Amino acid sequence: MHRKKLSVQSVVAIGIGTAILFLLKRYVSIPSGIPNTNIDTSYGFLGFISIMFGPIVGLFVGFFGHSLSDFTQFGAPWWTWVFTTGFIGFAIGLLKKYIVLADGKIGFKKLVIYNIYQILINIIGWSLLAPTGDVLIYSEPSNKVYLQGIISSITNSISTGVIGTILLVMYASTKVEKGSLKKE
Amino acid sequence: MNSNLFGYDHNDTWVHRLTGTSKLIFFILVSIIAMISYDYRFIFLVLLLSIFAFKQSQIKWSQIKFVVKLIVVFAVLNLVMVFVFSPNHGAALYGTRHVLINLGYFTITKEQLFYELNLGLKYLVTVPISLIFLITTNPSEFSSSLNKIGVSYRLSYSLSLSLRYIPDVQNDFKEISLAQQARGYEISKKGKLFSRLKGTTQILIPLILSSLDKIQTISQAMELRRFGKNKHRTWYMNRKFTKKDYGTILLSLFIVVIGILFMKMDGGRFYNPFV
Amino acid sequence: MTKTMIEFKNVTFRYNAQAEPTLKNINLQINEGEKVLVVGPSGSGKSTLGNLINGVIPENFRGDLSGEIYIDGENAKDMSIFDTSLKVGTLLQNSNDQFVGLTVAEDIAFGMENDCFDNQTMQTKVNQWSKKLSINNLLKQAPNSLSGGQKQRTGLAGLLVDDAPILLLDEPLAALDPMAGSESIQLLQELHNELKNTIIIIEHRLEESLTKDVDKIILMNDGEIVGIYNPAELLKQNILNQYGIREPLYIEALKSIGIDLNKLHDIDSVEAVDGPGVADRIEQVSAKAKSISKYNASADILSIKKLNFAYDKKVIFNNLNVDIQKGDMISLVGKNGVGKTTLSKLIVGFLQPDAGEITFNGDNLLNKSIKERADDIGYIMQDPDKMISKVMIYDEVALGLKLRHYPKEQIKEKVDHALKVCNLYPFRHWPISALSYGQKKRLTIASMLVLSPKLLILDEPTAGQDYYHYTEIMNFLSQLNQEQGLTMIFITHDMHLMAEYSTRTLVIGDQTILRDNTPEKVLDDEALLAKANLKRTSLSILAKRFNVNYNDFSNYLISKERDNQHE
Repeated sequence: MHRKKLSVQSVVAIGIGTAILFLLKRYVSIPSGIPNTNIDTSYGFLGFISIMFGPIVGLFVGFFGHSLSDFTQFGAPWWTWVFTTGFIGFAIGLLKKYIVLADGKIGFKKLVIYNIYQILINIIGWSLLAPTGDVLIYSEPSNKVYLQGIISSITNSISTGVIGTILLVMYASTKVEKGSLKKE
Repeated sequence: MNSNLFGYDHNDTWVHRLTGTSKLIFFILVSIIAMISYDYRFIFLVLLLSIFAFKQSQIKWSQIKFVVKLIVVFAVLNLVMVFVFSPNHGAALYGTRHVLINLGYFTITKEQLFYELNLGLKYLVTVPISLIFLITTNPSEFSSSLNKIGVSYRLSYSLSLSLRYIPDVQNDFKEISLAQQARGYEISKKGKLFSRLKGTTQILIPLILSSLDKIQTISQAMELRRFGKNKHRTWYMNRKFTKKDYGTILLSLFIVVIGILFMKMDGGRFYNPFV
Repeated sequence: MTKTMIEFKNVTFRYNAQAEPTLKNINLQINEGEKVLVVGPSGSGKSTLGNLINGVIPENFRGDLSGEIYIDGENAKDMSIFDTSLKVGTLLQNSNDQFVGLTVAEDIAFGMENDCFDNQTMQTKVNQWSKKLSINNLLKQAPNSLSGGQKQRTGLAGLLVDDAPILLLDEPLAALDPMAGSESIQLLQELHNELKNTIIIIEHRLEESLTKDVDKIILMNDGEIVGIYNPAELLKQNILNQYGIREPLYIEALKSIGIDLNKLHDIDSVEAVDGPGVADRIEQVSAKAKSISKYNASADILSIKKLNFAYDKKVIFNNLNVDIQKGDMISLVGKNGVGKTTLSKLIVGFLQPDAGEITFNGDNLLNKSIKERADDIGYIMQDPDKMISKVMIYDEVALGLKLRHYPKEQIKEKVDHALKVCNLYPFRHWPISALSYGQKKRLTIASMLVLSPKLLILDEPTAGQDYYHYTEIMNFLSQLNQEQGLTMIFITHDMHLMAEYSTRTLVIGDQTILRDNTPEKVLDDEALLAKANLKRTSLSILAKRFNVNYNDFSNYLISKERDNQHE
């Protein structure tokens, strides 16, 4: 089997990305207006960093970041959800080839595609993978876990959508060629 | 702060002296089998063993009480929710129905109580195993241990990097968000959801942009010290295996075997006392 | 015959993103055991030169490279960045980001781990080098409990374990306070004397990095080598200021009192420099110095009474009292970690005191939120990137006003005005990423000025800047102070800045204000300087050597400087 080596930049991106995801997950959530339901800002960042660095970085930033957050908060990770976060990072990262950020342009069309795609991925992840895992491992009643899953799909899509889009647009607009600027 | 993140306590018991690798193997194998099994007798055994290990590693109640309280609250909440959503789940699962108190939709059955007892134990069982690992293992050993059990050294080192830079990122974030508050941003509960999201993102922007620069600098620094040159690398914090390490690995395998035996006995993951 | 360690033959390099080459036709030769300083203003190409020596170019940056480079006899073309790193050990400017281990010992061993050394060897080497650099008692410490100097020593130890024949240091002084910087330069001198390795230091702070063992100074400007000199030769050339490099203070002083530099001997050492008539002339000017009255009798703008503050259980301030008058230009100095930044954060509300009062123009500040305090007090952090959150320059400056719900026309008027004051108006439609570091710094100042503050607090306003940008920023700030009567507090380690631009110095130490006096009086008190980890300037060394009163000597120079400016 041919295994592609992780570049040093990817290694560092996973490291720093994990640190940020961890921090956001632990400390920065926004009340959604519905009691006991918060919007987890870390998914917006995960969307951004996955588009920046691709699926492998997205996978491990999600996986490591969510594990570390669970370890420090609850003592042990809730593995089904941790793996799902990794899946979200991986799946969104696949879009990197389509949305090339380095050349400084991200048009309306690409943003629409990013958002449709991320909603789809969040639905697959939170309404399907995570709750099915909970049913298999913990034998929890399906109506409970699927309802939780649907709520997470919605809140996490909002985070990935709004925060992710703002970050993408902002990053792309910092990549303007210096030669194109004139003093006025 | 760095080593405190996970509560490593720098103590010196035989559990602390075990290598990170053997403790990691124990943690992974025992967690997996405890998560698969749905037999409270086995789970209870594992819990007892963990409590013994707690005593042996001289972990004090004060070190873990916060986490334990949180996880108990979380477990109770979930158990209540399971009951509210599906009070008949136990009966469906075990195939019999012994009514204790008849309350219409919320009828309490023996099967439901038994099911929720098992579920509650399952919520709790991995916590002590993982806490022992975290409290007795120097975070500096995490990466070399991961590498030892087959994870590539590159990926293992990214975990080490994240532990290294979490305190830095945390300080940066604190400073940045205060500076943004001075500009007039507020992380408040007022205002529309969208504007709250937008405001929070604005506060995150300086943190994320400066982190992207950091990624460049750090990768350059690592290449200048030959990270990635060879197929392998050695680890300064790596220690030699002792007899106790082999013993720990054998013990975890033994627990896995016991778990499998219980499953054989039960004819599946579930222990059903009702038939 | 001496061996050539580094050789450049007609090297030209252009980054892909740039239209013009950053280095043009460089020829240079560095021999074994030499210590070489590379000096030049920002953008002169000195860092690019460093990146070509250590192999970061072409490994990490794409571009057109022509000419030939030889490192220790080998053609750089045939070497990977890994091969080169065994010949050239590089200490990066930011020693915090270079620190990748979880503890000091692990970081020192990082390179050896990558070379697959066994644990025994690694431990022996870590012990050996950490002892040599006096960090052996820190081996188990995490980086966030270390000072900048200790992090740099760790980085250095991590290079020395490789036994690389060449050491390359990129702006080793940039992140250090002057005392730590001077210790670091001294340490390099000791290492050089003992190991006889080749050392290349890239710096724009010439005075601080110039030690006796420097063999050559390479002066760069605009991608080219202006010349390669020995230190005395360069100082006599009298060309440094025009290339954005600050002359050593004592040289500036000697020139200013009319001494002909060509007649001096030992010009490269403030401890030994002398020549015909020097002593007489210094005595003469000091005798006729007028005292400069800087007493400010304006009303109090900020007043702090009986302030107590502790982080967890570590007491930072105990009963600190100080009044600041309108129009003051104050330098806040003291050891690292003594509480300079903490005091600023208490004033702007980032931290809450345990006890005491802070009033601003008579109003109690402690009841006000961070946002409300920002209306009167602008706080400018050291790193502008931590403050900037918008993409476009105009939006960044307008942000504070928008969030305070000013009407649109008024915002435009105020923003345009602030941009003009800060010389950023021509760039108002640019993205911030196109600005230089110094421009970003001015941008953060502009975004505070729009709120019409009465007091500005600036954390290290000139850190990491070359002399040209240093002068530009400081002149801009003193203009704001004089024309708009804006009161300012600088947190600084830079004794030049303190002496030249501030009217009053507060030395923090022993959990309170250790001294509140004019900069000259502070600089004249050696015991105080030592206690606060401050470094005497070469001017005060000169005054002492020639037995004149430092106050008189420096007052003469300052009045002369001001007269020159008025003409």
